Parts: sequence; structure tokens; C-alpha cells
Amino acid sequence: MNPQPRLLEVRQNVLRQNDVVARELRQRFREAGVYVVSLVSSPGSGKTAFLEKTLSLLRQSYRVAALVGDLATDNDAVRLARAQVPVKQITTGTLCHLEAAMVRTGLEGWELEQLDFLFIENVGNLVCPASYDVGENLRVVLLSVTEGEDKPLKYPTIFNTADAAVLTKMDLAEAVEFDSVAAEVNIQRVRPGLPLLKVSSKRGEGMGEWLQFLAVSRSLESREPQTVGA
Amino acid sequence: MAEEESDCRGGARVSAVHLKLGALAGVVKEALLSSWELASEGTALQGSRLRIEEIPVVVFCPKCQASGALESVQWFACPRCKGPVSEVIQGRELQVTALEILEREMQNEPATAPA
Repeated sequence: MNPQPRLLEVRQNVLRQNDVVARELRQRFREAGVYVVSLVSSPGSGKTAFLEKTLSLLRQSYRVAALVGDLATDNDAVRLARAQVPVKQITTGTLCHLEAAMVRTGLEGWELEQLDFLFIENVGNLVCPASYDVGENLRVVLLSVTEGEDKPLKYPTIFNTADAAVLTKMDLAEAVEFDSVAAEVNIQRVRPGLPLLKVSSKRGEGMGEWLQFLAVSRSLESREPQTVGA
Repeated sequence: MAEEESDCRGGARVSAVHLKLGALAGVVKEALLSSWELASEGTALQGSRLRIEEIPVVVFCPKCQASGALESVQWFACPRCKGPVSEVIQGRELQVTALEILEREMQNEPATAPA
């Protein structure tokens, strides 16, 4: 009797199921003509304040909506509803990230054709969201000045998978002696060429550049030929 | 995945799972290994081993027109010219590459297969 186990090649991505759903979503978004932006960051970096400001400014010229992931509460969705755009909460329970299937469920009943921009606010976490594609066109990683300049070096994967970075709470930069140059250097080290914006959601500084960045990214996407995948 | 294979092979046992783990996959090897036993309990993988092959990040440098492994994931620089590189050609893997299968009648001696 041969005790040697037989080796069966499979070559399958562990997150294949998520990738399949994310691809479906991306296709749907493209067909509907909606540009999808996901926001990732650590907890407390100002995602919700930033999104609230973004939604209220962007709705003046575009049709916008947001999906918000949160572990337990609907506080964020309540806050965002103040921007007077459609907002839906995805409560993840104990799950520390959003998955494509949750986004798909969250979108039920929404007519994507009626939207120009859809924002997906991920659960505050700089680790797991990096591995889960949710079908977005643009992944934006937020870093607040109160977190320290070395965050990009501590969480290189999430910065490396992002399409843009936003430094938030710039109004506090001086008070916490934030070294903006060091932060930029660190971001460029883990993701050379990553577009970087600096904003204060509270005072509105930098929001104009951010909105312009969104508009340009969206128009570039709609002009691009139909490509498969990310 | 393993259960499907096991089922369609008349209950053959999966004795090990081979996994490619990229340095940029966002998953820590130690965490995977320590949770393996717990996660596989009561499944077709109970008692199986997880063999992880760690994959370094390999980047392509447009200047040197060559690829090479990063020295550190905290610094996306070409190993040759030290210039910034953004094209990752390897290192995001989280992929099951193979299953070691013990057919029903040879379950007694779970032998060690070459890694």
C-alpha cells in the first residue's frame, strides 16, 4: 500500500468568491454609469466627517449616494443623512471589513442608473479591507494628522492598494506638530506616485481640490475603453 | 473547496493544504497557522496541515526594464537602481495551490510529503 498522499493541483484564490462578486459589481457600476469611490482608514480618522462634507458639496452638481459600513451602530448613517442624499447602513456585526456581497445586498432597491457617484465607507480598519475588492473604481485611503506620519509604513498593504490618499484634519496639523513632508515621503515609499490631497473637513480647506480630483477621475474612467478587472 | 474535492472523491481525506501567501496579501502567516486547527474542526480538513509558501513582493522597474524582489514592503524601490517602483508583479497571492489527498484505503499512515 502506498502511504504517500496524492498531490492535487487546484490553484484557486482563497477570496475567489469575493472577487467574482466584485467583478459583477464593477460591471454593473460601469453599465449604470456610476463612479464608485470607497473610503478606507483607521477608526477615528474622520471618514464620516469627510464623507458628509463631500456629499453635501457634490450633490450640488451630481447625483450622489453612500453606503456605510459599521460594526454595530447606525450613527454614521444618521450623520450622513444630514447631507440630504440617499444613505444606507451596512451593519457588519463582528466583521471588521466590508465584502463585495454585503455591498451587493446593500444596493438592493437602488437604481444605480440614477447616480453619478456612489461612496462606500468601509469599516474603520487598515488591515482587512485591503484584501477585499468591493468593485470600486477608486479606493481612497484616509490618514488623519493626529495618527502620526508613520502609519503608511505600519500598514503598507492598504496604502499600496489605494488609488489616492487624503490627509484629513489638516486644521489640527500645527497643534499636533504633524510633519506633513515626512508623511508624504512615507506614503510615496510604500506607493510611489499615489495622488495625495490634504483637507480639513471642518473648515473646508482642500475640499475644492478633492472635488475636482473626483470629477477628473470620473471623466477619465468613462472615457476609458472597457477593460476587464480592476 | 476541500470539501467539494473530498466529496467527489468518495470521502477521500485531505491531509494537507498548500497555500501561497504573498507579503502583500494582508494576511499574517502565524495567524493563519494558529487558527487553522480551530477553523478546520468538524470539516473535511479536520486534522489536516496547512503548508504555507511565502511569496516575496516582486516589482518591475520601468527604468531598468527588469524585475526584482523588494527588500522591504515599507519601501517600494527597485533593488537595482533604488528608484521608485509601483508595478507589483508578485506578492498579492492568497491562493490554494494544491491539496494532498489520502484515498480512503490509505488513511492509516499520514506520511510527510515533500514541501
